[in-house]
Amino acid sequence: MTADVLLEKDLQAQFEERIARGDKIEADDWMPEEYRLALIKLISMHGISEIMGALPEKEWVPKAPTLYRKLGIMAKVQDEMGHGQLLLRVAEDLIKPLGKNREDLMQDLFAGRLKFHNVFHMATKSWGDAGLIGWLVDGAAIITQTNMLNASYAPYARALQRICAEEVFHAQHGEAIILALAEGTPEQKEMVQDALNRWWEALLFFFGPPSSDTTGSTKQDITIKYKIRINTNEELRQGFLSKYVPRIKSIGLTIPDPTLRFDEETEKWIYQQPNWENFKKIQRNEGPKSQERLKLRRTSYDDNAWVREALSARIG
Amino acid sequence: MTQKYENPVVELLFQLADDDYLFSYRGSEWLGLAPHIEEDVAFSSITQDTMGHATVYYRLLEGLGLGVADTLAHMRPATERKNSILVERPNGEGVYMETPRYDWAYAVARSYIYTTAKKIKIDSLKSSSDQSLAEAAVKISMELYYHLLHWKTWFVQLFNSTEDARNRMTKALEKVIADCGDLFSYGDAATEITNASLIESEQVLLNRWTEYVKPVFETIKVAVPTFGKPERNGRNGEHTKELQDAINTMSEVYRTDLTAAW
Repeated sequence: MTADVLLEKDLQAQFEERIARGDKIEADDWMPEEYRLALIKLISMHGISEIMGALPEKEWVPKAPTLYRKLGIMAKVQDEMGHGQLLLRVAEDLIKPLGKNREDLMQDLFAGRLKFHNVFHMATKSWGDAGLIGWLVDGAAIITQTNMLNASYAPYARALQRICAEEVFHAQHGEAIILALAEGTPEQKEMVQDALNRWWEALLFFFGPPSSDTTGSTKQDITIKYKIRINTNEELRQGFLSKYVPRIKSIGLTIPDPTLRFDEETEKWIYQQPNWENFKKIQRNEGPKSQERLKLRRTSYDDNAWVREALSARIG
Repeated sequence: MTQKYENPVVELLFQLADDDYLFSYRGSEWLGLAPHIEEDVAFSSITQDTMGHATVYYRLLEGLGLGVADTLAHMRPATERKNSILVERPNGEGVYMETPRYDWAYAVARSYIYTTAKKIKIDSLKSSSDQSLAEAAVKISMELYYHLLHWKTWFVQLFNSTEDARNRMTKALEKVIADCGDLFSYGDAATEITNASLIESEQVLLNRWTEYVKPVFETIKVAVPTFGKPERNGRNGEHTKELQDAINTMSEVYRTDLTAAW
């Protein structure tokens, strides 16, 4: 065994000890490759998802039905872009030692190596969808993100503090839109019910597969091992159902799953499994809007290449 | 023209409201498509502020008994709109719901010219004879300060960068200036508006604008442009087809049920 290998083993042991006693890791600290790669995958995907997530929501920004709603949804989507920026900065520090930068992340996205969250591959067909995204998708995001507020990687935890605070406003913004519709005309009620029917599967997908048996892969084990997150995908989904099923029902909506019930004995929600084949398709960028959104992002990126060039040019 | 404008403040408010409403709409079409993420955050903040300004004006109109602000914003057809031609022009080819090919040089040139003109108007409105208009101007100018800083930075930087960028900016600026004929115009209501001391005259503001932008145009080595006579005057409700398309998009949901609460 060479000295280098020995040193590496010591560092790994020390690192695991730090994680075990709840130490926080900073960007310049030594970290095992496995940890760095897991963080890069998680945080770059989170960051790029915030940015890709602006595309389905922006469709409804100019169409928001009142001045008040226009202002609300503009602020909301702007926040999401802000989160994307914050997270990509965190990811950039992690990929720097690998000789990569933001440009590489964008190219990874275009090439399909970097995924964006499954929920942003869906179509937004009505104003009801705009409300539902704010209420339930951001509600789901709050559940997964608060689960990582105490993440072992300090820069990510700090970013999440701010993001979660803003997501709470987004959920309230979405809930306000949904309540107005649910208390409105029969057509408005129908609009929300229709949105829920179409989004239910996506909301179950949101938390990812229960285990790697379902879809062939999941990164949850390693993120739990390194205390980046606490709970499993299924635990988070159960938490979501406990929080939102009563609320959804209380405003008079019907959840499109007649088998859905809370089992008192196991204290778990029993629900119809979504079609995980659809989830796998989305992961291959073959979801309903995957290619369109990537094309939009890529086209605008290419059309603006001259601007980036102009900004980095040294003149005089 | 024999038409009398009995309430010139209403005329002026519609011009100001429709200007910011359309300018904000064009900005919101850019959402998610700006050249980099930091710009997307900044640009959408400006767009949001601008919709806020339009809302202030529409609410003042509501207070004057002209109807509900939301109806004024969404339901008036293009022929009743008083915005300048500049703000109704599309961002480039294509529509935002598909894969548009927007032109960032045009966005920067239009935003810089529009925002500097807005600054000159807002400064004049601070001493308007209309108290609520003067108060609104004070509030708006606080946000406008940052918008100006932002667009000036882009405007100068792109002009003074690569040859390609300068060419694109030169073309974009020409296109913008060709549409500025009615930017400082008050249309047929001009006499009543200035007689009521709501704001200074078109010529005074235009001269002040020329002085104001002069140092920036010196930095980019371009002569300060002069505005020609407008082909159409938006202040008199003369518009391009694109305006009605924009209004249709913005009112798509609102129109589905005018009595519903949204």
